[in-house]
Amino acid sequence: MKKGIRWRLGLIGITVVLSFVFFLPSTPLYARFPGWWGKFLPNKGITLGLDLQGGMHLVLEVQGEKAVDNALDRAVNGIKDLLTEKKIGVESVQRVGREIAVTLGTNASGADEANRIIRDSYPGFSSITSGGSKLLFSMKPSEANRIMEAATSQALETIRNRIDQFGVTEPLIQRQGPQQILVQLPGIKDSQRAIELIGKTALLEFKLVDDQSPLFRSFPPRVAADEESKVLKEFEGKVPPDDQILFERIVDKESKNVVFKRPYLVKKNAAMSGDTLTDARVSIDQDNQPFVAITFDGTGARIFEKITGEYRGKQLAIVLDNTIYSAPVIKDRIPGGRAQITGGFSPQEANDLAIILRAGALPAPVKIIQNVTVGPSLGADSIRKGILAGVVGTGFVVVFMVLYYRLSGLIADFNLVLNVILLIGAMAYLNATLTLPGIAGIILAVGMSVDSNVLIFERIREELREQKPVRMAVEAGYDKAFLTIIDSHVTTLITAFVLFIFGTGPIKGFAVSLSLGVCINLFTSLVGTKVIFDMVNSRRKIQRLSI
Amino acid sequence: MLEIFGKTRIDFVGKRYLFFTLSGVLVSLGLFALVQISRGAANLGIDFAGGAAVQLRFDRPVRIDEARRVLEKNGIRDAELQQFTGGDRLLVRMKHQEITGGLADQLAKVLGSEIPDSHPLVESSTEIGPTVGEKLRRDAVVAVAVSVGAIVVYIAMRFELRFGVAAAIATFHDVLAVLGAFYLMNKEINLLILTALLTLGGYSLTDTVVVFDRIRENLRARRREPLEEVINAGINQVLSRTAVVSLTVFLVLVALFFWGGEVIHDFALALILGVIVGTYSSWFVASPLLLIWRKTQGRLLRRA
Repeated sequence: MKKGIRWRLGLIGITVVLSFVFFLPSTPLYARFPGWWGKFLPNKGITLGLDLQGGMHLVLEVQGEKAVDNALDRAVNGIKDLLTEKKIGVESVQRVGREIAVTLGTNASGADEANRIIRDSYPGFSSITSGGSKLLFSMKPSEANRIMEAATSQALETIRNRIDQFGVTEPLIQRQGPQQILVQLPGIKDSQRAIELIGKTALLEFKLVDDQSPLFRSFPPRVAADEESKVLKEFEGKVPPDDQILFERIVDKESKNVVFKRPYLVKKNAAMSGDTLTDARVSIDQDNQPFVAITFDGTGARIFEKITGEYRGKQLAIVLDNTIYSAPVIKDRIPGGRAQITGGFSPQEANDLAIILRAGALPAPVKIIQNVTVGPSLGADSIRKGILAGVVGTGFVVVFMVLYYRLSGLIADFNLVLNVILLIGAMAYLNATLTLPGIAGIILAVGMSVDSNVLIFERIREELREQKPVRMAVEAGYDKAFLTIIDSHVTTLITAFVLFIFGTGPIKGFAVSLSLGVCINLFTSLVGTKVIFDMVNSRRKIQRLSI
Repeated sequence: MLEIFGKTRIDFVGKRYLFFTLSGVLVSLGLFALVQISRGAANLGIDFAGGAAVQLRFDRPVRIDEARRVLEKNGIRDAELQQFTGGDRLLVRMKHQEITGGLADQLAKVLGSEIPDSHPLVESSTEIGPTVGEKLRRDAVVAVAVSVGAIVVYIAMRFELRFGVAAAIATFHDVLAVLGAFYLMNKEINLLILTALLTLGGYSLTDTVVVFDRIRENLRARRREPLEEVINAGINQVLSRTAVVSLTVFLVLVALFFWGGEVIHDFALALILGVIVGTYSSWFVASPLLLIWRKTQGRLLRRA
């Protein structure tokens, strides 16, 4: 055999075998293979995109501004406590936009000292004015950015925690830019529930009910579920500055629907928050109603004990995301750091709430800016149609090539088949994601793959027309067509590459299959088909070429 | 040997102004479509415009007007409804509203309760906020610009600047022509169609490069002859192969068009139109354009 033929055939053979090996994990056969196979060889195969396997794709935007607001509110309380501790008389500490205004008491002499104390404890703030008894601080932009940045990171972790507990196979949770989080849940069935689980801010707070206030006594005992805003408007302006109106949800035991809301007047500042929770479990009470039993850590337990001791007889509202779930009367001091959250939950609601509480609250609310959900039936349908179109299309091309170029056409068809095998193998090796446009990309690459053969064959025909001997005609054909083939492949690759960079999800899948297909075609059309011509040529001198 | 075109002697160059006019019409249509798109006055998919699209499958065929009536009765106005072949699948499109995740189920519940025996199943639901759509539009423009830019650079490197510019114009022409056609047919222009446009941009160069290659070869071999003849001869010589190259892709696209399913259907149509226009522009537009740029009398190639 002519030199070079052997190693080229060998190369082709190896790549074909490897392709089958790489693709194996995607087939049901794989389950029968021994364990060591998966250890040494790639064991993932081709992943199906969401549009083919069904699932949910969410893009969330973390409302970092709210996190900054929260930090400012916490700073207001902190400064108040700090100054009181240092025995500096303070009249008021208020937040005004992104600034904090501290008004010192008339008998306060330590304006400078107050300034210094606050600056030391709160390095993220810069002092704007510090004259007389009024101090003004504003949050540095770098601090605000740091808070927003941290909010996104923390939200990412919290969401990841929640999803882990929810039990989805192979979820994808990643950060997308400074304030966006991408969540992909393949195969999920109950998308509504998943969204609630992920998006709930879950801020747990314990607020004391201001039952001394005459305003509270004038509240209606309950209103219809959608009349919240009416009540709020009615009592607008009458609410004392330290208080706020929150509503308790009253749930119908049978249907589990929220039928009524009960307005409460509560102290705005939470007596305690839920950030010291160590555990939350679902339990059933004596009426067979599910509730969530929570456990605080050491610090939380102490605070809880202090509150329940100090405010015996008062009502403590358990507030989740500014909705009261229950407001039991404190009967006794409660040591040991355990409490119950009841509220007419269904077993699923209680379970989800426990998951959320265990994973922690989101540092800032998240807004859904993109939600794509594909049901599983559509995915299977798409795959079927894609394969059908692929087979039909390939059939068209195969038949045409044989009709137009006869036996050489058959060689081109062999090239086509080789392309498909290697392409699938390459995608399996790279663990690429196959989407519906990706299937179209494969089919398109198939159509383009014969183009290089066409160019070569036409050149060979030209040479033959000039009466050149067969072997020379074949060599010349491949030589002269070479650069043109490279050019056409590169231009297609350029656009595929751009699509890969700018595209998301399904589009990326298309770009991947097309790029891979084009690259592999370079290899098969220049090496793969040539080797066959060479093999035929080396046996005996061919007078006429079937082309 | 079977040949699509035998030895031909078509005068591409001579009639070029006729073809330039035709192309001018196509390009103007495309530019008009582009303007309409940026004004938001075209049929933009929710990828770009934001909004929601829910695909529902029913147990029995449901009439569009019936579904629309039910939706409006329940306070859902401004919904665009589209039916897929078979009548048992409905696509509901709505303008942007806040994404709560419950839209699809809500639609299914409303339709299912008021249309007897329909038992709607949510096959897919896509909700896209307006900011995402905006970002996508900007990204799309950048993507097209980068693609074309890169292509010009590459062709200019491989041939010469004039060839690169001519190729770029031909590419733009192809993309705009298909865009214009889609606008005329009032087909939805979404991300997938944009992908098709970019792909055909890259692919239509295959033909163009084949022609340019031959022209360059001829220019080096036949320096004495007038430019028009050399170009004409070049195009005629590669007529068959460019036709076959386009034909093979065309065959594959036809299969995708008829058997690939609804999602791929329009995508395949865009590419089919693209292949046709691309072949047309390689023959009738790209090469004659070279004539417009000759620097010195009769010399097209600076470096031989």
